[in-house]
Amino acid sequence: MSETVDVSKGLPAHPERATLEGKNKFVGFWVFLSGEVTMFATFFGTYLGLRNGTAGGPEAADLFHMPLVFIMTMILLTSSLTSVIAITAMKKNQFKKMKLWMWITFFLGVAFLGFEIYEFVEYVHYGLGFSTSAFASSFYSLVGLHGAHVVFGLGWVLLLLIRYNRAGITLTNAPKFYMFSLYWHFIDVVWVFIFTVVYLMGIGGG
Amino acid sequence: MADHLSEPFEKSAMTNEERVKTEREMRIQFIAFAFMIALTFLAFIAVGAEVAPPGFVISFIIFLAFIQLFLQLYYFMHLKDKDHGWANTFMVSGLVLSIPTVVALILIIGVVKY
Amino acid sequence: MVREAAHTLKKSLLWDLLTTVDHKKIAILYLIAGTLFFGKAGLMAILIRIQLMIPENTFVTGQTYNELLSMHGTIMLFLAATPLLFAFMNYLIPLQIGARDVAFPFLNALGFWFFFFGGILLSLSWFFGGAPDAGWTAYVPLSSRDYAGIGLDFYVLGLQISGFGTLISGINFIVTIITMRAPGMTLLRMPLFCWNSFITSILIVFGFTPLAAGLALLMLDRMFDGQFFLAAAGGNAVIWPHIFWIFGHPEVYILVLPAFGMISEIIPVFSKKRLFGYTAMVFATILIGFLGFMVWVHHMFTLNLGPITNSIFAILTMLIGVPTGIKIFNWLFTMWGGKLRFTTAMLCASSFVPTFVLGGVTGIMLAMSPVTHLYHDTYFVVAHFHYIILGGIVLGILGATYYWYPKMFGHCLNETLGKWMFWIFYIGFHLTFFIQHILGLIGMPRRVNVYLADQGWDGMNLISSIGAFMQGLAIILLLINVIYSAMKRPNHPVDDPWDGRALEWATHTPVPEYNFAQVPQVRSLDPLFYEKIHGDGTMKPSEPLADIHMPNGSFLPFMIALGSFIAGFGLIMKHMDAWINPYIVVVLGLLVMFGSMAVRSWKEDHGYHITKENVEAMEREALADERNR
Repeated sequence: MSETVDVSKGLPAHPERATLEGKNKFVGFWVFLSGEVTMFATFFGTYLGLRNGTAGGPEAADLFHMPLVFIMTMILLTSSLTSVIAITAMKKNQFKKMKLWMWITFFLGVAFLGFEIYEFVEYVHYGLGFSTSAFASSFYSLVGLHGAHVVFGLGWVLLLLIRYNRAGITLTNAPKFYMFSLYWHFIDVVWVFIFTVVYLMGIGGG
Repeated sequence: MADHLSEPFEKSAMTNEERVKTEREMRIQFIAFAFMIALTFLAFIAVGAEVAPPGFVISFIIFLAFIQLFLQLYYFMHLKDKDHGWANTFMVSGLVLSIPTVVALILIIGVVKY
Repeated sequence: MVREAAHTLKKSLLWDLLTTVDHKKIAILYLIAGTLFFGKAGLMAILIRIQLMIPENTFVTGQTYNELLSMHGTIMLFLAATPLLFAFMNYLIPLQIGARDVAFPFLNALGFWFFFFGGILLSLSWFFGGAPDAGWTAYVPLSSRDYAGIGLDFYVLGLQISGFGTLISGINFIVTIITMRAPGMTLLRMPLFCWNSFITSILIVFGFTPLAAGLALLMLDRMFDGQFFLAAAGGNAVIWPHIFWIFGHPEVYILVLPAFGMISEIIPVFSKKRLFGYTAMVFATILIGFLGFMVWVHHMFTLNLGPITNSIFAILTMLIGVPTGIKIFNWLFTMWGGKLRFTTAMLCASSFVPTFVLGGVTGIMLAMSPVTHLYHDTYFVVAHFHYIILGGIVLGILGATYYWYPKMFGHCLNETLGKWMFWIFYIGFHLTFFIQHILGLIGMPRRVNVYLADQGWDGMNLISSIGAFMQGLAIILLLINVIYSAMKRPNHPVDDPWDGRALEWATHTPVPEYNFAQVPQVRSLDPLFYEKIHGDGTMKPSEPLADIHMPNGSFLPFMIALGSFIAGFGLIMKHMDAWINPYIVVVLGLLVMFGSMAVRSWKEDHGYHITKENVEAMEREALADERNR
């Protein structure tokens, strides 16, 4: 395809979609995310169908602690905002600023992951092993899948940050950072439903 | 064409107009973030206060979650912008097709014995 | 020979196939792999029919029979029909929309290798203690850790890996169709094959992701003692059929829609008429795609989900008959009054119509939830879905093979042999499956390996088996035809043997690796036919001749898929007496997989350019070829 990007004036205002490759990635990534929606929906459905099947093991209301979940939620929501700031900086060709906010996003993600691991360890401690009950299995697989997405996202952004530490914003790495931010927002969206449907509904009865 | 792919740029090609637009966008995103935090607080308080019946609280917090979903998708992920037609089509399709899945897995799984 | 640009010339054939990102070569890879799996699963079908040929046969044991039956279904749907359709989609979508390649050439190769290694992993089960034996649906608790052997582990992980490849390819096709269309190729000028592939790809994105979730649950059940399906631990066995059919029903449309598209391409060409009701066809396709997600419970009518649920899904199921009916009538009206030429491709396409109607009629019968209890799990169901799958998808693929073979390989298949093949296949098909309707109605259950004599089933089962042998013979004839035609091939390849209408016939044969030297300007639906009538018969270029940008080949797709294969095999090793800790293998596989991904992300690869002079030389050579004819 003969794509012509006018690069004489500097970085285009939408560097992530300036090239055909960038446009393709942009559309493709959204399609991928929409597929993820149905996959997470299946896990959510499984959890909701089985959440009362505790088989005499620990129940949701006994386990979940509001303060912990609240802190985790705040951390992840904030990391969503920091990645927005990073992307805005990217569009303005402010590489240092983008890097800084991406690193902050990364560390917030690490903090979230740390809390999640701590949480899981605690639950196992309380006697909620993976195969204790249908509730346990479906809880761990839903929240664990989200955690796996966080891990993948952290690895991804770490790779990008190291690779492009000095590169500046180019037409090749702008789409990559942009796709990461989309992914990260998506993880946040999923978490919004997890804290609502899993934790708050677990604590609030029903 | 494929010449200027791996080199950084000296300056941004943003016009003044675009710059102002980006600034405004950023402000809106901060407001959206404030809303998200507020909604999260509201959801936690609604459950923690234990004043309303569980049935009401649950539908209320799920409603709040959907508002947050909207804010994230349309403001943080820019689905409201133009050139997002296909992205919108697919995301909305995914959400719509998820509804029967979730409903079926909750409601029609036969006789449940715990 | 400048036909192949310098970059590919340096590579050996094997290395070229392992590293290629060219959509045409990947299509050939899909075609070969799909044919091999098709042959394998077809052979299993023959073995099944030998076992059922006479009452109380002892040809295979019950266990082997179960394995044959499960593998036949699984392979045919996931590893034969899907790749065969993907072969045509890969080859034709870029050509038909006037693009130089798919949107993500690298992901295209990655999708193929995931599919390939997933298929290999599933097939390996025969050598490690037996194939999966719980049917292609793998219902729990039959498939859970308590009842099924190691075969189901191969099923779960093999399908997970190959399904991932299918998902990647689906996303790729969607983006290709959205962003890569030639100037003037609006959405409503796209050939119907592209439209149907587009909808199919959307169904893949929304259908294969629930499957991935379901397979993950089953894997967690089998490998890590997850409690999703066992009532004793609070689980529920109905979760699995729901998830499976939320994927499984769209899967039927994933397979049949491209076949519809093929038929819609073949019939206008051999009727010398434009497709009747193009827009109605497009919207019928979209409607089928949407309704395909809303009907899955009709596979579960006998699970006692309640009369209201059953009624809703029965009505929704019958609704699908409306858009499908629109399509049937449009094909009939396209042929009506046309200048018909009955080549083999047209024979397949036109006989598709009544066969598919038969399958549709039994489908409506099965959709009536009160009566369906009578024929649920009998041979009536077997007959129904084979009418859809063989009479629909396989006839479509056979027609497409005869139709597009000259574009892919430069020469036509022999028509006489082709017609023999068609009639033997067609008669054999109806012998096999028509009689199974009656067998089902008089009570023969499906998935049984023996039956007693003198129940009135003996003769009909014999006829059914004879039909199956005829179908096997027909496929052998097709293979003979491929070899025969390759030996008798004319000196000069043919560009447009059928007087085609769509853009793919405007390219040279063999198609140069950049497809179009200049991307064409599309002025109408059926663009080439429009130019034949209103222009000089060639496409007008939309751009000046210039350097052409091409993607570099890469070995990384193979490595990424290989890594997933190793990791999957490592997980299965948990259930073997392995001399090595299975987790070492898993970690090794994951390292290879994610490591290769990281390498891909790290190394910026901007591809290369075929210079203008080279393009001109290649074009001159192709034109000289044409003049020689």
